[in-house]
Amino acid sequence: MEQVDRQEGLDASAVPFDDPWYDATASGRDERVGAGAPGDGRPDAVPRQRVHSAAEIYLEVQRSPAFQEVRSRYRRFVFPAALAFLLWYLAYVVAATAAPGLMARPVAGVVNVAMVAGLGQFLTTFLLTWAYARHARLRRDRAALDLRWDTQEMTRGVTQP
Amino acid sequence: MTANHQTLALVLFSVFIAVTLGITTWVSRNRRGSAEEFYAGGRLFSPLENGFAIAGDYMSAASFLGISGLIALYGYDGMLYSVGFLVAWLVVLLLVAELVRNCGRFTLADVVAARMAERPVRIAAGTSSVAVSVLYLVAQMVGAGSLVALLLGGTSEAARSWTVIGVGALMVIYVSLGGMRATTWIQIVKAVLLMAGTIALTVLVLLRFHGDVNSLLSTAAERSGHGLDFLAPGLRYGGDWTSRLDFMSLGLALVLGTAGLPHILSRFYTVPTARAARRSVVWSIGLIGSFYLMTIVLGFGAAALIGPDEVRASNASGNTAVPLLALDLGGGAGSTGGTVLFAIVAAVAFATILAVVAGITLASSASVAHDLYASLRRRHAKQYSEVAVARVAAAGIGAAAIGLGLLARDLNVAFLVGLAFAVAASANLPVLLYSLFWRRFTTRGAVWSVYGGLIPAVLLVLVSPVVSGSPESLFPGVDFHLFPLQNPGAVSIPLGFLAGWIGTVTSTEPSDEARHAETEVRSLTGAGAA
Repeated sequence: MEQVDRQEGLDASAVPFDDPWYDATASGRDERVGAGAPGDGRPDAVPRQRVHSAAEIYLEVQRSPAFQEVRSRYRRFVFPAALAFLLWYLAYVVAATAAPGLMARPVAGVVNVAMVAGLGQFLTTFLLTWAYARHARLRRDRAALDLRWDTQEMTRGVTQP
Repeated sequence: MTANHQTLALVLFSVFIAVTLGITTWVSRNRRGSAEEFYAGGRLFSPLENGFAIAGDYMSAASFLGISGLIALYGYDGMLYSVGFLVAWLVVLLLVAELVRNCGRFTLADVVAARMAERPVRIAAGTSSVAVSVLYLVAQMVGAGSLVALLLGGTSEAARSWTVIGVGALMVIYVSLGGMRATTWIQIVKAVLLMAGTIALTVLVLLRFHGDVNSLLSTAAERSGHGLDFLAPGLRYGGDWTSRLDFMSLGLALVLGTAGLPHILSRFYTVPTARAARRSVVWSIGLIGSFYLMTIVLGFGAAALIGPDEVRASNASGNTAVPLLALDLGGGAGSTGGTVLFAIVAAVAFATILAVVAGITLASSASVAHDLYASLRRRHAKQYSEVAVARVAAAGIGAAAIGLGLLARDLNVAFLVGLAFAVAASANLPVLLYSLFWRRFTTRGAVWSVYGGLIPAVLLVLVSPVVSGSPESLFPGVDFHLFPLQNPGAVSIPLGFLAGWIGTVTSTEPSDEARHAETEVRSLTGAGAA
């Protein structure tokens, strides 16, 4: 398999040929060249081999380092963040219903712990929204778009199962 | 309420109806009747437009009038709702929006069916989506009936019935004729009106207190008769442990339910890419968050300027707090300013209900036509016929909602909304998350997780104090209640997740690696997205 990859890689750089997956005139393959996100050191493109069904192509893309990188970037951000805000929200609801005495403690003027915690929920929601959007824009969008074009090119002309 | 209010409010209602009907005819001219067009509005809305439409779909009259009313009556405890309704959007943003946009076409079932045996999964997910939509729809119709009757002063049974019928008929017209494009524009118009009205009232409240929030809060606390307790949790949900657990159950349903609401999921298909779906959620979180912050000011403003006693005298559940506040801010009853502000608030509330109702009807007609009809019929369904079915389904759902709305008109609206969220969180969210994130998930797991959440949620409600055994229940005369909580979420949401897990590990067939790979690759990259 490796040999096939290498050979095809050489071919791609040397000879223009009419394999439908390498058809450079359509769907923005040119834009992709050197288009990695700033500083993200875009990993290898999907290794190519001759595959015959869309299912094999998706399995191949899924196993590629480029896709694994996109997926782990997504999961490394989203899973801890989701766990954190769910716990923070549940702690807030439980405290508000089970420990109203604690929540009623004054902080400044008539503002008490409950007010601060409630407004804190609003604030953390806005902050996490901003952080997620920024992370996705800088660390994921470009690589995901590259993979999208690669995958679509590979599946083009392949019979769907 | 005097005749002046009513006339002006009616004029504004009519203007809104005329404008929205105009939009419906305008956007539906020269359109092919394709499914893409009908369910997804051609998928060409911008993130800003879709963000406003999502906010318009989500901010119901229950939030605008109900939450401010709760705050006016019970102080801090009303705020708990706004926090839950907002934080829920993080689940949507982080785990659902982009992935669903990438691998679905029109409905929730599309996402699940992509890697499972299509027919059973579509039937299960379609059924639960329709169930959630109908519950939510009935809540809005009941709300519309009592609200309009209340605002117009005609509290007679006939006035309420005709309001429910009128709202139902209008929504069927919007949806069947205009599809997603008209529905989206109605929601955008409504969101702009609602935000403008809320901002204006908030500014007036803050001006009244010279921008001093501390004095606003202390006046509210003083006037409530509860002192500083008014600003701390416990006045409404701080009773016995049953009511505390009930609120925790509701809190869980609120935060997990939003991501399973069919009419919210279908909004992500109206933008071209996952990136646009993400940006529309960011817009809507900004809008929804600032809206709920302002309802807090309005709620405490109503407590400080009107006083809980007067609010309660007008409507026991506090729904008229904001209209009364508007009357007071405009210069009091009888003044021109008061009349105008009151009529504007009434018209905004009405617009809110119409837009929300149209959104839900569209989503549930999509579930009926695209999931249930397409699976239960032999396949010769072409695109054209599916849209025709959806139009008929919209009319059918409208009729059902009118009927149920008339039957259920004495049920508490907040309870119905909480129930719809609980069913969405128990039946729709587990199957969605498992399909997107669990490699070994199987068809049996998917079907079990939908029914394993849906059936317990509905059964628990039937044996809860909502239906029997207390003076406020649906059948006060009999008592067959076994389950102490009003909201089933705390039990049925874990059951939905558990059923999906059990169904998967007991499956005889292995999960389909290739189709999981396809779902994963498509959901994260957008390859092959519709």
